[in-house]
Amino acid sequence: MPIDILMPALSPTMEEGTLSKWLKNEGDKVTSGDVIAEIETDKATMEVEAVDEGVIGKLLVPAGTENVKVNTKIAVLLAEGESADSIDVAAEAPKPEAPAVPQEEKPTETGSAAAPVPAQPKVETASDPDIPAGTEMVTMTVREALRDAMAEEMRRDEDVFIMGEEVAEYQGAYKITQGLLQEFGPRRVVDTPITEHGFAGVGVGAAMAGLKPIVEFMTFNFAMQAIDQIVNSAAKTLYMSGGQMGAPIVFRGPNGAAARVGAQHSQDYGAWYSHIPGLKVVQPYTAADAKGLLKAAIRDPNPVIFLENEILYGHSFEVPKLDDFVLPIGKARIHKQGKDATVVSWGIGMTYATKAVDELSKEGIDVELIDLRTLRPMDLPTVIESVKKTGRLVTVEEGFPQSSVGTEIATRVMQQAFDYLDAPILTIAGKDVPMPYAANLEKLALPNVGEVVQAVKTVCYK
Amino acid sequence: MAPSKNASVSGRRSAAKSATKTTSKSAPKEFTGKNTPDFGKDEDLHAYREMLLIRRFEEKAGQLYGMGFIGGFCHLYIGQEAVVVGMQMAQKDGDQVITAYRDHGHMLATGMEARGVMAELTGRRGGYSKGKGGSMHMFSKEKNFYGGHGIVGAQVSLGTGLAFANKYRGNDAVSVAYFGDGAANQGQVYESFNMAALWKLPIVYIVENNRYAMGTSTARATAQSNYSLRGSGFGIPGIQVDGMDVRAVKAAGDEALEHCRSGKGPIILEMLTYRYRGHSMSDPAKYRSKDEVQKMRSENDPIEKVKNRLIENGWASEDELKTIDKDIRDIVSDSADFAQNDPEPDVSELYTDILL
Repeated sequence: MPIDILMPALSPTMEEGTLSKWLKNEGDKVTSGDVIAEIETDKATMEVEAVDEGVIGKLLVPAGTENVKVNTKIAVLLAEGESADSIDVAAEAPKPEAPAVPQEEKPTETGSAAAPVPAQPKVETASDPDIPAGTEMVTMTVREALRDAMAEEMRRDEDVFIMGEEVAEYQGAYKITQGLLQEFGPRRVVDTPITEHGFAGVGVGAAMAGLKPIVEFMTFNFAMQAIDQIVNSAAKTLYMSGGQMGAPIVFRGPNGAAARVGAQHSQDYGAWYSHIPGLKVVQPYTAADAKGLLKAAIRDPNPVIFLENEILYGHSFEVPKLDDFVLPIGKARIHKQGKDATVVSWGIGMTYATKAVDELSKEGIDVELIDLRTLRPMDLPTVIESVKKTGRLVTVEEGFPQSSVGTEIATRVMQQAFDYLDAPILTIAGKDVPMPYAANLEKLALPNVGEVVQAVKTVCYK
Repeated sequence: MAPSKNASVSGRRSAAKSATKTTSKSAPKEFTGKNTPDFGKDEDLHAYREMLLIRRFEEKAGQLYGMGFIGGFCHLYIGQEAVVVGMQMAQKDGDQVITAYRDHGHMLATGMEARGVMAELTGRRGGYSKGKGGSMHMFSKEKNFYGGHGIVGAQVSLGTGLAFANKYRGNDAVSVAYFGDGAANQGQVYESFNMAALWKLPIVYIVENNRYAMGTSTARATAQSNYSLRGSGFGIPGIQVDGMDVRAVKAAGDEALEHCRSGKGPIILEMLTYRYRGHSMSDPAKYRSKDEVQKMRSENDPIEKVKNRLIENGWASEDELKTIDKDIRDIVSDSADFAQNDPEPDVSELYTDILL
């Protein structure tokens, strides 16, 4: 039997990639361990090694093909005595079994060539008063937006530098700092040892001395080792010094669940940091917000926690083409106006919320969707204004349910807009369990679109 | 090779009796700590005055604590005065100082005013942090004093960040980061050592080894009680210094600061010192004998040593020393009066200085 060679998944969140180069031709003999192709993921260019021995019978996907889905058949290997004639030439569709991420929740790139995937939600420019009407928009990923934000601020201010694990020579563990070392050099793009507690403290000390560090955590899960410096040193020094010195610093990196990385790598820290006076906490969803808010965070004289998400890094959005696009921290964005119910979400929670809102509109329920964008300071007035109009509120987040950001919103809305509520507030969150590894359990542990749809129907009594 | 005897507790204590002593055979030879200069008249007079100010200030702070004017924790520096005073005499303008919570002496040594420090202790609006920081949390940008930190060991990483900023800016300043023998067992200290050595950051790490981390003696807390060796895994040289002799401290400080300024990276100074009082005001200090404390006070007091030299050398008469004592007492009682009469912070201060 000929052996199918499939497009491999080369990272926890990889959905597709570019087959950049074949290193073997049809007819070449390969043994296991031979490098047969190079594949470019959104993070890196990886070599693909043969697992089995045989002769390359057919290359099914030409070199240079972009957006090749994981598990697509890309080549066929023949065993001794087999003929290439026996190969069904047509490239097959992705295998349906065992997808890395539940299909309905799959994040996908826009412009995907081959796939029947839903279109990306676009930024509604008209709903963001901070983007002037008529501004030209360009499509870019969250990853590119973050990189551009840092590069622009580093060009603008010599005191801005970035430090963290793999930010320089490796070009970023998630490629967020790609090209920064080449442009700014090792003085301003600083690879650190694996030493979160230590380099967080070094960053805060440098900030107290007046520099403006961007400290990248490879993920915020690792920042738990550094949380003392973030909370006790960065957040409290301004107060403890009677206003004499603070820490103009940004702590940023991916936060929350990626895909199939288990309990220790899958926690959402939004609620944790939003608890702390002296911090600002930003958790953007779109590329435009990521860019405008990261630039604002770098300029902010206070410590800012900037919570990104690995799955969102590859999402594309429209970003205004402006020389200096800075958004205000602490202001929510009305993603979609509506009258029947208010949904408040932020960060990756918006991926569930936007899909739910689309489904609900098909059923005649007109939801107002607010992207909170910043958790601290929290733009409660925008939420309250919306609740006054709709009388109903659902919050959506991936973090744990107890003492969540949603419960904080619910408490404050109850206190400040009780008379406007027509139904109890519902909070959708991750389940109250450590993140499981098994694909089916992981899916159950996260919120899903159906839960959001049901919650909105419940508060609407439908 | 057999383990060095200098690593033992007895070795450390005997080292305290000599002026200074290198104990690390692995440390580079140039760090001998041997350039112990004899102080001249002006230096001894200056050191006497500075140390006496700290001693009298702390005694007054202890008194005010007992009267209920100072709340919470209050960690006195009595006995350790020669360490900060000697280091400050070696430093240049622009060098930064950062320490933990036994910090009043460091503040006074950097030139912060007694009134502002004492008023912070009493939680009054004229305190350096407007009364919002307290004994453990005071800062002065003007004097390059970066706190005053309540989390044991945190100041070591922060101080390394100050050194990072110096190197980033290409200036000539050195960060001087103080921590105790207790903090020396915290993990982030070694994370910081690693980065400082890797990046050749200009920082002097000062271990103020006063023999007790709260109530736990170094013998009960560490497998390597020679703290000057604690950087050897990173190639950071270290010197053990008699921290009860201000001249030895100054000499070691000169050498260490020059090492940093010449771009050679970090260096460790282990100051062998002793605190006469408890860990904090509420510590009865039952983990050591009264004899031990009394012996140190009577035989090794850093201020008495300078005073004796001043008299023996004929640099100051008893009357002149009394005049200095009176000046110091006036400064301290003025600060205490101020700290007791200055109003508490306005209630509006509750919500200020959280964000800029």
